[in-house]
Amino acid sequence: MVVGSVAAIGAGLAAIGAGLGIGMIGKGAVEGIARQPEAANEIRSNMIVAAAFVEAVALFAVVVALLGNG
Amino acid sequence: MASRTIKSLLVLCLSLFTMAFSGNVFANEKVVQTEQSNPAAAHEPAAHEAEAFNVTETILDHIKDDHSWHLWGHTSLPLPVILYTPKGFEFFSSAKFMNEHHEEIMYKGNFDYKIIEGKIKIVDATEAVDVEASKGLWDFSITKNVASLFVSVFILLTVLLTAAGAYKKTGITTAPKGVQSFMEPIVLFVRDEVAIPNIGKKKFAKYMPFLLTIFFLVLVNNFLGLVPFFPGGANVSGNIAFTMTLAVCVFVVVNLSANKNYWEHIFWMPGMHWSMKLFLAPIELIGVFTKPISLMIRLFANITAGHILVLSLICLIFIFKTVYASAIAVPFAVFIGMIELLVAFLQAYIFTMLSAMYIGMATEEHHHEAHEHEGHKNVAHH
Repeated sequence: MVVGSVAAIGAGLAAIGAGLGIGMIGKGAVEGIARQPEAANEIRSNMIVAAAFVEAVALFAVVVALLGNG
Repeated sequence: MASRTIKSLLVLCLSLFTMAFSGNVFANEKVVQTEQSNPAAAHEPAAHEAEAFNVTETILDHIKDDHSWHLWGHTSLPLPVILYTPKGFEFFSSAKFMNEHHEEIMYKGNFDYKIIEGKIKIVDATEAVDVEASKGLWDFSITKNVASLFVSVFILLTVLLTAAGAYKKTGITTAPKGVQSFMEPIVLFVRDEVAIPNIGKKKFAKYMPFLLTIFFLVLVNNFLGLVPFFPGGANVSGNIAFTMTLAVCVFVVVNLSANKNYWEHIFWMPGMHWSMKLFLAPIELIGVFTKPISLMIRLFANITAGHILVLSLICLIFIFKTVYASAIAVPFAVFIGMIELLVAFLQAYIFTMLSAMYIGMATEEHHHEAHEHEGHKNVAHH
């Protein structure tokens, strides 16, 4: 038997979205560093900031899921 | 070589982690089997367990505000309660809400008060909430979050006033010393990476005190929230009232420093057909409010989610009901804790950077010729 709430599905979907987003940021950063190794530091810091933005959106969903669950 | 060792360690950790889950599945099957074979006997402990440990409740209890500051076991630091009712102000200690057996009891002041689900309510003789009377109750108590805010203000004042005093004494020509040399790179980071690129060289100086205040307040509260024992542990920057106050400050500063050019771009977007201008005005107007709201939710959600993550990893021990689960749960909690250290800094940085960006957008001077020139340059560059 499956037990759980719709909120869990929502959180899972948000995780998929954030995973895709962070994956694409990582891909872009690695490609950028491979092309221009001397810009590695700048690219890395921008990558972390961009990843934090993507993560924040996923966390909105987590909070909504949590409120929906409770 | 070192990275290879780390990799194999990670693989080991992950496989142990997955093994723990598979073990749990088997255990569940066993419970189901016993339940089928002897439903009457198996049913009772299951109900008892559900009552004994509720993960969601435990976690939410840890991240919310409280009227006493939990230290260890049954010991907690009582905090002052300040209430305003139609009969005037009332001050007493929150220890009055507990009897010697650590049970929640009613306190008889001007009214009968009791803590119901973390909030102080007026109750009647049967200890049921008196909804009508509770509406007139204003709670100005020094709660856990407020007390933690005092701690962080104390830390900030000590550190920053020491550094500022050093500048007063020796001036800016000598090399920094002690606390000063720790603070100077951070202040310079905010100036060179946050303020100047977003606001511009001409106007940034006016906004530096505001940006530095936001940065250090958020940073210190984020870090204090990660300390698991007494002086820290309150979830201040994961409290939506705290982040809302910061966002309202940003909203006020941005809109008060906005120039004519900014309002023109909101209400009458230049360079568009008039029908498009009418269409864009309400959207841009909503944008004025969604910017601080997104600031508020971003900080709140990031810090709250971090706390929930660490707590749920620790809760794994209680879910599996074996101390061996801590072999997996504790390293993972430490790992997440390390990430949270990064997030604590990152969120302070992002909050400050976005505030600076919004201020920059509001104070920007547009020269149409320069704008077009920039456009040509971009095309050429591509």
